Amino acid sequence: MRLTGAQAMLKSLELSGVDVVFGLPGGAILPLYDPLIESSIRHVLVRHEQGAGHMASGYAHITGKPGVVIVTSGPAATNIVTPLCDAYIDSIPMIAITGQVAFGAIGSDAFQECDTVGITRSVTKHNELISSPDDIPRLVQEAFHIATTGRPGPVLLDLPKDIANTDMEWDPAIELTWGQDLDLPGYRPHIEIDSSAIAAAVELISGAKQPVIYAGGGLLRARAVEALAEFVELTEIPVVTTLMARGVFPDDHELCLGMPGMHGNYTAITAIQQCDLLLAFGSRFDDRVTGKVDAFAPKAKVVHIDIDPAEHGKIRQAEVPIVGDAREAIVAINKLLIDQGAARPDRTAWRSMVSGWQEAYPLKYDQSDTGYPLKPQYVLEQLRDLSPADTIVVSGVGQHQMWASQFWHFNYPYTWVNSGGLGTMGYAVPAAIGAKVASPDKTVWAVDGDGCFQMTSQELITAAAEGIPVKIAILNNSYLGMVRQWQELFYEERYSQVYLSPDHPDYVKLAEAMGCVGLRVDRAEDVAGVIEQANAINDRPVVVDFRVDEFEKVYPMVPSGGSNDVVIVGPEGDAELGLGAAPS
Amino acid sequence: MNARELDQLHILSVLVEDKSGVLARVASLFARRGFNIHSLAVAPTNRARFSRITVVVDLESAPLEQIIKQLDKLIHVVKIEELRPADAVERELMLVTVVKGEDPHDVLDIANRNGGYALDFDDDHITFSFGGAPKRLDVVERELAERGIRRIQRTGRIALPLLATES
Ligand SMILES: Cc1ncc(C[n+]2csc(CCOP(=O)(O)OP(=O)(O)O)c2C)c(N)n1
Ligand SMILES: [Mg+2]
Repeated sequence: MRLTGAQAMLKSLELSGVDVVFGLPGGAILPLYDPLIESSIRHVLVRHEQGAGHMASGYAHITGKPGVVIVTSGPAATNIVTPLCDAYIDSIPMIAITGQVAFGAIGSDAFQECDTVGITRSVTKHNELISSPDDIPRLVQEAFHIATTGRPGPVLLDLPKDIANTDMEWDPAIELTWGQDLDLPGYRPHIEIDSSAIAAAVELISGAKQPVIYAGGGLLRARAVEALAEFVELTEIPVVTTLMARGVFPDDHELCLGMPGMHGNYTAITAIQQCDLLLAFGSRFDDRVTGKVDAFAPKAKVVHIDIDPAEHGKIRQAEVPIVGDAREAIVAINKLLIDQGAARPDRTAWRSMVSGWQEAYPLKYDQSDTGYPLKPQYVLEQLRDLSPADTIVVSGVGQHQMWASQFWHFNYPYTWVNSGGLGTMGYAVPAAIGAKVASPDKTVWAVDGDGCFQMTSQELITAAAEGIPVKIAILNNSYLGMVRQWQELFYEERYSQVYLSPDHPDYVKLAEAMGCVGLRVDRAEDVAGVIEQANAINDRPVVVDFRVDEFEKVYPMVPSGGSNDVVIVGPEGDAELGLGAAPS
Repeated sequence: MNARELDQLHILSVLVEDKSGVLARVASLFARRGFNIHSLAVAPTNRARFSRITVVVDLESAPLEQIIKQLDKLIHVVKIEELRPADAVERELMLVTVVKGEDPHDVLDIANRNGGYALDFDDDHITFSFGGAPKRLDVVERELAERGIRRIQRTGRIALPLLATES
């Protein structure tokens, strides 16, 4: 069967299970957009290519399938560099197809030419410039395989225009073995789990008096939620869930201690500091979690499960490194625990120590009786209590992100979508759209900052036009709040370029202009009513402008680069924070 | 280069798929992760699909294990062997243009003693090639430097494991 390269590309995407792509056309990718008209694949037309990338990320977070982006060459390709980098550092599977100038014109500075493969090399798990239409089915199969296996990540295919227009011979036989029999001698993602490491881990677990599970986003990527639940049931070991892993273990479970790290809660941070065994399952010792590495979990032996061999020993050398799939590894540990039938060690002392911290240091904030100024934490609690329990929460980056992670109760996996590793402002609106496309029956609330919202808010036009009814809660504090907080604490309240104004833009009018419902609240007593109003709207996107306290700060806080032994739990500790080492 | 510095240099023999851009991938990985390359040589192998890169890395910048593991994540990197100098044969080629000076016998003598070949000359200069173990070339280079080197190009080392140590 004769197909053009473009037709072969679309057919390859269909065979790879793609049902939706996010993109925007242009000169070099025109050949691919023409047969798209007949394709079964849904195309979501974005207003800026960065939006397409984050939508693909939101989609991938929810489904576990790669999100797919199609954009043209040059400026469109550079517009997706941020989402590629974001997906790369958070291990999100993604496929990007970029148009390129004709193969023969590459290197001539042709119109809208850029070195896409060169520019994206360090922000993709792999990328390829397609040099013949005959290679397309193979390269697409390889791309999906690479994006989804091992440590997931983004893969980019750069498609020159003439190659998309050139005929190739499509062999229908390949459809029968699609995705199988790939010949990638340098890629061996499946790693057999070393049973002696499993045995060593079980021995440490059985002997530990004060163990903690430090659960990371790798567990969600590995679909290890049930395995983890069984492990906790078998061992009664408390769990901290990192920013990337919120929801992997239910917050309402008595053994869930919440989030560790710079703005984690006291108990999660302190349990790690005091533990004698740290079970790092799918986590990577990020600096926002460890603080000063030498002072992190100083008494602990470490069992580290990670599928990426390079994560082992990168930051902390584990006593027991387990290289491989986290689900397989935990299942193997569970099996050995059951087979050995060992009695559960008595952990009463440890349990009461932990619950002592929980009682002494809960998350706290103060909503005044007058209801003014409105506290962002209050908004989040109301939003949480008035929305369905399995609501998907998507956030931007800044104070609102930390409050969302702290104050929501994540009791279901895959209900928290955020930009952890790169900290990409502007992530929330498009990622929420991607999440809603993936899960149209669930309520999707983006909790966004006023600064973040302004970076990608135009994608609400996409949402309105395509009928994707996401809800956006702007915690409008008139500031680049997180930066303002650092300037207050570490730069003697010298505020440099952080004020945004609450009124510019007028978020309600902006929302309405984009085809959304716009609402505004500035008093605590009105919050519940407006949230209920927003939750009742399902035919259009909704934006709520919550006018919150401009000066509220995120606590607890461990000064960056400091030891996690020093946790400042509220404003009374600000002086001590200011004394901390120069933040990084 | 002193002994301690030499200790920091390790040889990696990296078998890669011979795809366009593979050298750029390896080089940009080193740059991106802050690993230092001391020298690098690349050429096709006897198998059409593969090339071999011999890269000498400077461990001042990162532990060898991290470098190997990060390299191994590149899809087109097929196999990485660390070659310890004691367990490997190493060679390097050097082209060097030397000032003849008052008495050309002086430099010709150095060339003769070290297996150099004169490839080119004019009234004032001679260009030699020297092949040999990198350390030997270091010595030759120093001797010639005393006479005056006008230009020099070394290939960087290539290496293969000693047969006796190969598994
Ligand atoms: C693209 C990008 N630029 C800059 C930053 C640095 N930064 C981190 S948080 C923040 C402030 C975010 O402001 P806003 O969205 O209003 O959130 P708030 O902290 O006020 O809740 C900034 C500027 C970033 N993370 N991403
Ligand atoms: Mg703000």
